[in-house]
Amino acid sequence: MDRIDRRGFMECMAWAGTGLLWVSTSGVLSSRVIAPAAAAEAKPGRFSFAQISDTHIGFKGQANGDPTATLQQVVDRVNALRPAPAFVLHTGDQTHGQKAGAFDTVAEILKGLKTERIFYVPGEHDVFLDGGKEYLGRYGKGTVGGRGWQSFDYQGSHFVGLVNVLKYKGEGIGALGEDQIEWLENDLAPLSPSTPVVVFSHVPLWAVYPQWGWTTEDAGRALAHLKRFGSVTVLNGHIHQVLQKVEGNISFHTAMSTAFPQPAPGSAPAPGPMKIPEADARRMIGLTEVTYVPGQHSLAVVDSTLG
Amino acid sequence: MGEREELAMKDPKWRTMIVAGVVVAALATTHVGAASSAAVGIKEFKFTPSVLTVAVGTTVTWINHDEEPHTITSANAAFGSTGLSLDDTFAQTFIRPGRYEYFCALHPHMKAIVVVR
Repeated sequence: MDRIDRRGFMECMAWAGTGLLWVSTSGVLSSRVIAPAAAAEAKPGRFSFAQISDTHIGFKGQANGDPTATLQQVVDRVNALRPAPAFVLHTGDQTHGQKAGAFDTVAEILKGLKTERIFYVPGEHDVFLDGGKEYLGRYGKGTVGGRGWQSFDYQGSHFVGLVNVLKYKGEGIGALGEDQIEWLENDLAPLSPSTPVVVFSHVPLWAVYPQWGWTTEDAGRALAHLKRFGSVTVLNGHIHQVLQKVEGNISFHTAMSTAFPQPAPGSAPAPGPMKIPEADARRMIGLTEVTYVPGQHSLAVVDSTLG
Repeated sequence: MGEREELAMKDPKWRTMIVAGVVVAALATTHVGAASSAAVGIKEFKFTPSVLTVAVGTTVTWINHDEEPHTITSANAAFGSTGLSLDDTFAQTFIRPGRYEYFCALHPHMKAIVVVR
């Protein structure tokens, strides 16, 4: 079995570390880009993709008076990545509270992405008003039963997009639900343990800070089906900041928003948009680039900010 | 001016509106003593007060002071708002006694109760 331990992971990151500064606080790793990543030369089997998250179109606040402008800047950044990303993942909260017209605005701006395809999962802001009717009407096609979750393969890697915001009401935290976990088990069953797996969803699939709802209550049951794989990368949004954790062979990573930052867990009375000047917020919003290199156990995740 | 006033008064629509206005004003005056109002603030992801006790007939108005949208969503679907942006309000009149639990659909850990007596 293709196993990596913490040391192996750190070595991989040393390889990936084009200007990445790694900080470890009680086992939680966080990265900040301190220099632009060098342009990578194209190698066979190597590919990269981009993750954008929490575009929150419709938001207007102190940290960002115009999230359409910052999303456009992120689109320009993605288009400038070399090698060009094979595809883009949007990990949810396209809209700010399903503001009227926001889905259209996002779709219009994302038309400018120079990429083969964009894969989506919903955030709670995209579905809370109508139980996902509008979101699934736009993005449900081609997903399992039109319910928003899906998987696909790309150059030997297996990608799974999960929905953990449609059972969001009630007891208060993200949840996947029985049907989806059962589907995941069957979806993963035929794969060899050496298949690199990437899982993406909106709310983190680990307990970042349950007091603020930053957790998925039944994530453990989904992760149990992923334990046998040698390389699993979990990409989430929702919390508007970069946080990382490694548990066995599973690397968890949360992305910045393209709109506004939220406070570090427990550092403020409540979550929500930070009330800081726009120039400061620019240094806390941005995009994520993920690169797979054959022969490396772990995918290289690089976050970059707009400021 | 005189001619316009005369025209306005001759228009039956205007007459109806004026009569309706008088009736509404009279009703409002009659109910000032009976109907009361109460307010709940939403700030830093909390409803304040978290337990509000009011008399039957009270209109409760919520106001959102956060930049994050919130909803007032009844736990048993008895009432509910859409997403309230910063400074948006939502009002609900409670005409029956009971304990009305509600939460924010976007942040379900935000919970509170209106008790109507």
